[in-house]
Amino acid sequence: MSKLVIASIGPASSIQDGGRPGAQRYGLVPSGAMDRLALAAANTLAGNDPFTAAVEVGPFGAKFIARGGAVRIALAGAPRNADIAGHSVASDTSATLADGETLTLGFARGGSFSYLAIEGGIAGEPMFGSLAVNARAGLGSPYPRPLQSGDELQTKAASGAPEQRIELPAVTDAPIRVVWGPQDDEFADETKKLFVDSEWKISATSDRMGYRLEGPVLRHLHGYNIVSDGTVNGSLQVPGNGQPIVLMPDRGTSGGYPKIATVISADFGRFAQIPAGRTFRFRAVSMAEAQVEARKFAELLRTLPERLRSIESVDLNIDALHDANVAGHAVSAVDAGTWHAVTLADMAGPD
Amino acid sequence: MAATLPPPRLLPSGDSAITVEFSRNIDDAANRRVLALDRAMAAEPVTGVTETVPTYRSLLVHYDPVLIDFEKLGETILRLAQRPAPAATATRRWRIPVVYGGEHGVDLEDVAKTLNTTPDEIVARHVAGDYRVAMIGFTPGWSYLSGLADSLHMPRRQNPRLLTPAGTISIGGVQTGVQCLAGPSGWHLLGQTAVRTYQLHRNPIFLLEPGDNVTFVSVDAKTFAEQDRAAEAGEFIAEQIAS
Repeated sequence: MSKLVIASIGPASSIQDGGRPGAQRYGLVPSGAMDRLALAAANTLAGNDPFTAAVEVGPFGAKFIARGGAVRIALAGAPRNADIAGHSVASDTSATLADGETLTLGFARGGSFSYLAIEGGIAGEPMFGSLAVNARAGLGSPYPRPLQSGDELQTKAASGAPEQRIELPAVTDAPIRVVWGPQDDEFADETKKLFVDSEWKISATSDRMGYRLEGPVLRHLHGYNIVSDGTVNGSLQVPGNGQPIVLMPDRGTSGGYPKIATVISADFGRFAQIPAGRTFRFRAVSMAEAQVEARKFAELLRTLPERLRSIESVDLNIDALHDANVAGHAVSAVDAGTWHAVTLADMAGPD
Repeated sequence: MAATLPPPRLLPSGDSAITVEFSRNIDDAANRRVLALDRAMAAEPVTGVTETVPTYRSLLVHYDPVLIDFEKLGETILRLAQRPAPAATATRRWRIPVVYGGEHGVDLEDVAKTLNTTPDEIVARHVAGDYRVAMIGFTPGWSYLSGLADSLHMPRRQNPRLLTPAGTISIGGVQTGVQCLAGPSGWHLLGQTAVRTYQLHRNPIFLLEPGDNVTFVSVDAKTFAEQDRAAEAGEFIAEQIAS
C-alpha cells in the first residue's frame, strides 16, 4: 500500500467529499467540498468516482511525500504553482509521484481551494457514507479535524495509467446569481436594490461555516430575530449588524436570522472560491433560470469524463509553463498554436 | 372531515429547497402541522425529494431540481399539507435524568431570583412539564422542546455564552432544550444530563426524533456521574417509558 505523508500544510485544509446528506433533521450538516465541480474534476482525472474523498487544500501551500510506492494524483480548483521533484504540474491535470518524491503546492492564486485527488481514494472509515471532516461533530476520517503536518493518507499503489488533463469551461467573474428568499419580505425594496447594486467583499474572518460579507449595512424591516428555520448552502442570512453571512457547507442546520436571498447551486462553488478582499457583485435571477442553471451544472458534472484529454510529457511541460506564466501576465509559450488556447479568463491572472 | 386547512407559504430557499412555512411564530399547532407534513412525505415519498428538515414553524424540503421543479413540487406539497395528521401511534416518550443547579446548572439561582421564587420551585416546575421535541437543529442532537410552563418563560441572556457544556439542559424564551455537544448558547442553564442525544458508534446514533415526547426527572450529582460513565460506554440512560 502506498501513502501520502503530509510534510506541511496550512490551515483550512481537510478531507472532503460529496458530504453526508440525510441527517439534517438531527442537526447534522452534510459538510463536503466547498467547490463540488473542482472536486469532481480532480477525481475524474484520477480515475475515481466524482465525489470520492480528496484533500481540500486551503489558500496556503502544502507539501506531500509519497511513501511505500508511487502515488498518482490530480489537481483542480484554485490555480497554484505545483511541482513534483522540481517538475511543474499544471492545474486540471493528473501526475504521478514516484516513491519518495515530494509534491509541493504554492499559495492559491485567484481562488481559495484546490482539490488533490488520489487515484484509488483515501483509506478511511466512512460515517453516514462519507469521510468528510466536520470537526464540530467529531466526524471525518482518517482524521476528524483539519489536516496537520505528519498526517498520513493511505491509498492504493499508482496504476501507471497515462496522465490526463481535463478541459473545463472557462472560469468567469460574472456576478454571483441568487434567488430571493426565503425571508426577503423582511427587507424593504430599496434594501434589496442596495444588495444587488453594491460591491461586496468576503471578510478574512470567514470559514467553512460561513463567509462574512463586507459592504453596505442591510436594514431589517421588523428586527433581526426570527424563529429559527432550516438553512441551505448559500443562505444569505442578515444578523443584527446588517452585514450578511453566507452559510457554507459546515453551517448550522437551522438559524434565527432573516435570509434575504440564496446563492444558486450552480454558482455556489464559484462563490466559495472568491478570495477574501476581492470585490464582487450579486445578481438576482428567477427560480426558472436558477433551475435551468442547476440542470446544466448537473449535466456538466455528469459529462466530466468526456472532457478528459490525453497528455504527452511535452504538453505537460508547456501547460505547466503556461500556467506559471499566467501569474505574471507573461507571454505564454502556448500562444504559438499548441492545444491549450489562452482564454481571457486565463489571462485575468491573480488578484 | 375537517374543514380545509389554511395552506402553508412556499418560500424558495435557493433552487434546491423549499421552506414550507406554517407560521411565523412559535406555535404549537403549526409545529404539529410541520411534523404531520414530514410524516406524510416520509409515508408517500415524492420523486426528487432528498431530505426533509422539520423546524418549529416550517418544513425545509430539499430536492434535486433535475428530477422535479419548484412549481410541481410546490403543488404536491400543498396537496400533502391538506392531509389530516397520521395517527400518532409511533410517538415515543422518553424520561431524561437531569442534575439541576450548582456547577451543572449555573443559572438556576439567577433564574429563581428573576422569577421571584426558589431554585427548588424552578426545578419542580421544569420536571412537571410534558414536552415534545419540536425540532432538532443547529448542531447534532440539539433538541428544542415545546411545552415549557408559562411560569418559566424568560428572555434569552443579553450576552450569549461562547461555550456551554455538553448535556446542558436550558431554557430560553418559551422553549427548553437538550444540548448534546459543547457550544455557544444564549439560554439559561438549569442543569445537565448524561444522556447523549448524539453519539457516534452507538445504535441509534441519534436518540430523539422530532415529535417524540420528553419528561425530565431530577437526579443527584453522584447518580449523574455514574450515568455519565455508562453513557460514555454507549448506554442510552434515557428511559423509553412508552411507545
